[in-house]
Amino acid sequence: MTVTITLNGIRRTGEVQPDTSLYTFLRQQGCLSVKCGCETSNCGLCTVHLDGCPVLSCSVPAFRADGHEVTTLEGVQKEAEEFGAFLADEGGEQCGFCSPGFILSVLAMARELENPTDDQIKEYLAGNLCRCTGYQSQLRAIKKWLAARKEGDK
Amino acid sequence: MSYVSKPIRKRDAMSLVTGKPVYTGDLCPAGALQVCLLRSPHAHALVESVDKTAALRVPGVVAIYTWEDVPQSRFTTAGQTWPEPSPYDRLILDRRLRCVGDPVAIIAAETEESAQKARQLLKVTYQVLEPLLDFTKALDNPIIVHPEENFRALCDVGTDAARNLCSQEEMTVGDVEGELAQSEVVLERVYHTRANSQAMMETFRTYSYIDEYGRLNVVSSTQVPFHVRRILGNALEMSRRDIRIVKPRIGGGFGAKQSVVSEIFPAFVTKMTGRPAYICYTRQETFTNGSPRHEMEMRVRIGADRDGTIRVIDLFALSNAGAYGDHGPTTIGLVGHKALSLYGTLKAARFGCQVVYTNTMGAGAYRGYGATQGIFAVEAAVNELAAQLGMDPCLLREKNMVRQGQIMATYYNEPCNSCALDRCMEQAKKMMNWEEKYPRKVLENGHIRSVGVAMAMQGSGISGVDIGSVEIRLNDDGFYTLLVGCTDMGTGCDTILSQMAADCLECDLDRIAVRGVDTDQSPYDTGSYASSTTYITGMAVVRTCQELREKILAMGAKMIGVPVEQAEFDGRRVFVPGGKEISLAEIGSASFEGHNHCLSSCISHSSPISPPPFMVGMAEIDLDPETGVVQVVDYAAAVDCGTVVNTNLARVQTEGGIAQGIGMALYEEVNHTPKGRLINDSFLQYKIPSRLDLGTIRVEFESSYEPSGPFGAKSIGELVINTPAPAILGAILNATGKAFHTLPVKPEDVAMALLEDKK
Amino acid sequence: MYTASNYVLAQSLDQALELNRKRSSAIIGGGCWLRLGRKRIGTLIDLSALGLDKIQENEEEISLGAMVTLRQMETSKELEAAFGPFFADMVRHIVGVQFRNCATLGGSVAARFGFSDILTGLMALDCQVELAQKGRMPLEEYARLAPDRDILTAVVVKKDGRKAVYQSARNISTDLPVLTCALSHKGDLWRLVFGARPGKAEAVETGDPGSLERLAGEFSFGGNMRGSEEYRRHLAGVLTRRALEQLRREEE
Repeated sequence: MTVTITLNGIRRTGEVQPDTSLYTFLRQQGCLSVKCGCETSNCGLCTVHLDGCPVLSCSVPAFRADGHEVTTLEGVQKEAEEFGAFLADEGGEQCGFCSPGFILSVLAMARELENPTDDQIKEYLAGNLCRCTGYQSQLRAIKKWLAARKEGDK
Repeated sequence: MSYVSKPIRKRDAMSLVTGKPVYTGDLCPAGALQVCLLRSPHAHALVESVDKTAALRVPGVVAIYTWEDVPQSRFTTAGQTWPEPSPYDRLILDRRLRCVGDPVAIIAAETEESAQKARQLLKVTYQVLEPLLDFTKALDNPIIVHPEENFRALCDVGTDAARNLCSQEEMTVGDVEGELAQSEVVLERVYHTRANSQAMMETFRTYSYIDEYGRLNVVSSTQVPFHVRRILGNALEMSRRDIRIVKPRIGGGFGAKQSVVSEIFPAFVTKMTGRPAYICYTRQETFTNGSPRHEMEMRVRIGADRDGTIRVIDLFALSNAGAYGDHGPTTIGLVGHKALSLYGTLKAARFGCQVVYTNTMGAGAYRGYGATQGIFAVEAAVNELAAQLGMDPCLLREKNMVRQGQIMATYYNEPCNSCALDRCMEQAKKMMNWEEKYPRKVLENGHIRSVGVAMAMQGSGISGVDIGSVEIRLNDDGFYTLLVGCTDMGTGCDTILSQMAADCLECDLDRIAVRGVDTDQSPYDTGSYASSTTYITGMAVVRTCQELREKILAMGAKMIGVPVEQAEFDGRRVFVPGGKEISLAEIGSASFEGHNHCLSSCISHSSPISPPPFMVGMAEIDLDPETGVVQVVDYAAAVDCGTVVNTNLARVQTEGGIAQGIGMALYEEVNHTPKGRLINDSFLQYKIPSRLDLGTIRVEFESSYEPSGPFGAKSIGELVINTPAPAILGAILNATGKAFHTLPVKPEDVAMALLEDKK
Repeated sequence: MYTASNYVLAQSLDQALELNRKRSSAIIGGGCWLRLGRKRIGTLIDLSALGLDKIQENEEEISLGAMVTLRQMETSKELEAAFGPFFADMVRHIVGVQFRNCATLGGSVAARFGFSDILTGLMALDCQVELAQKGRMPLEEYARLAPDRDILTAVVVKKDGRKAVYQSARNISTDLPVLTCALSHKGDLWRLVFGARPGKAEAVETGDPGSLERLAGEFSFGGNMRGSEEYRRHLAGVLTRRALEQLRREEE
């Protein structure tokens, strides 16, 4: 069976099995930024945008994305670099394995929430687990990035 | 420009945050065989027979191996310097299965689906044996976990497999019983810690292939590439010269990857088939058959006088090695040495321990490595002692803590050359506003706010054992290549070693290209564990730079034709003050021209001592007495890791370690079914803290200067996990008067204990 | 992880019903919980082309399609206008935003999990489920039914001016609950629901708010890894009192 997905702005067609996850499809398509950390839909590592909305690519069947738009970190390199620089300046990526999913969530959050409070940030990102950092440096990075963006908008 | 003590961005940071394919699973060649394992459903059984007929018929299946197909020499998977203290008690596949999840068969197929399908079709007949699951009953139990004849212990650690004894040890300083008898107060408690999982985000994974020279290449997410090479040699009965290990970026380790967990299986498949092979552990496998913390039961006896003088501590620890002895004999040592040595004025101290085999998952190395367990027991007991004496637990510690200049009798009699523990206590009290917050305050909503404290120490490398080596080359155009054998696992050692090299060589950071680890090309390093990298490998950097500077100076002086004594090197040029000069670029380029003056240095460093870093951690909790829910709203940490090499990375290490410690204290449960199957084998059941579960974590550094460390630095990576459990339990004690002794402390434990009072 | 040998994006409800007649078939909601099983599925039936992802409102009721995600419920203006933060409170602890963007109302309700926050919350409202074959029936009745081959298409919530509040107890923030509790009030009727007992959600009604705490104690509770029966019984009293306090605050 084939699916056609607009992946990072480019129409990509691929063969999938009925039980192929979007995660597997994306890795097959060379989007190696997408990581998987569990089998129970708990860790958030595999987060991608489906029609602009953050979802767990491990849980979405590849078929469900047929005809839809999917964005991985490969598709938002500029934004990843912009926010990523703030993250890197705090040392908040550490091992980096959760960074792609985390950053995609941060980008979605910035679109959805205006001037989020610390608590709102934490709640929005609660589904992105990280074992290295204790999350503090990530919060610092997000706040500095949001402030810089706001400054830039003026 | 100097780089040490600055918040330098990690050198690989931008590739990580932009999601570049730099991890093992991203690099695996297409067409590699997919390897999976059939695992034992029984905690204790013998494999009677395996019928592969149906499984082998699955299209795409290439090979299926069982215990009869693998080499029969035993080895350990513990990544330690040879001769390993961990007994040689494993085979790649064993007929005897010693825990749920022990591998029964290795399946290799063209696709993951084929491999899994074949796994389902394997028909195994087991002779199911009664398992030994309770580690408190393991010693001299009629069920013997390792009855095999070729079991062997390389080191004398008191092993007796017939008694299920992996190792034992006793250390006594002074007259313990006498001091206890003289003490005005004696407190005796038993504490219990669990087999916590490291839960690094990248599970175990490895691929292997035969290269153009016919050698076995293994690319793996490991902390110990050189140990992997040796262990694979042992396990596969191959010569080490035929094996090369490469470590790419690692998605977290925390000690998990100090054991050879996933490497052997694809390597064996590649050896047998000649084809590339890949294994990627599921999260479940990572939980059930990884290398978790040793579960321990610790009995503490403290003798003190009413004025708060602690005279004696007697600590006995029973550790559950589980099915295999990886890191069993070594983790246990830290329980005593790192916990008792926090108290510098003890008149007597004793540490006794036994490590036993059972039919639960084999344990391994997890950040803190026994110190975490021991410090939990001793510091929790000291908090209980403070409550019993009616004394501020900070004051009690101030009276008794180890101080700079003392000889640490329980720490191999090492001198305490650098210690700011006293300043850490002062700083933490200030940060927490301890005087005002201690012991508790009841809020309007009925919740209780309270504070708790704990101290901690760790080591910096294994004294006289760990080796760090680096090679630095000067290249044409005057840039350097820094080759390291230690393993950056996200911790940033590639960066901090570059910082040190840049300062030693007086050059910009971007003039140093760093590269880790390839056992064919990197200089030997024991690996990144035991908090060794900054301290040991860092010193190797300092010494290598010194030597290289001399070589550069000599070469430069020769090139400008002056005696070396008259010349100087300032990082950019070799010159005679007010006279001739030659640039580093010219020296570098010249070294690439037709003569034998390649400028390169490689020095190995080892340390006869392991200077402890110290810290004080304070937890402020919000406790809901009705539901029993405890939230750590604020955590203040004052850390003495000697000179801080990278202020950002040290801070993030500390914050991350504290977060893991909070998980251990309150959330991370390990339960088994009555038949020995692990229940908490997913992120659904083994709950690590999310960002909603942590309040603020604040870190300040109170640096001492360690004379034997690079730039005065000591270690930080492990130390930082040790304070949360005792500090949080101390806060709960201060809030409720209830002392808990088993981790994690769940809301139910607190609520029901308080309910008892009401009744 | 499940396996499936066929995947059909249903073009009509009839087609979905027809396919779902086979016992080996399964409807896929968000796919999150489905992964936890080790099911071998024949045909995976996807309802996402049937327009069931809408929240529709009329004078009397709000209809939530079976494919409405938990996140849609959390952020719906219609639901917030009618029930305040109730729906957001019900789902906010469930794993994370990206999970709630996948997980569907239909999947949550049809699975009838004991630990379900959704079932607990909805049961406190005047709710009916809409089934492709059986038509409408009260949610409570549906929850009691053994799973069959009919297909849940919507949950219809009456806008009856009812006030409802949601409370839950968890060992850690995004964990499955130890106990869930919902309390609603309309006129002189109070409705108290407990889920994660650990069994499926159950409700009682009373005209006397003073009796709620006593009634809470009369639910049947059990023990599992997340909490003992005694702890749950204790929590039931605590959550009931807190829910009542919250309800009174919000009603002021």
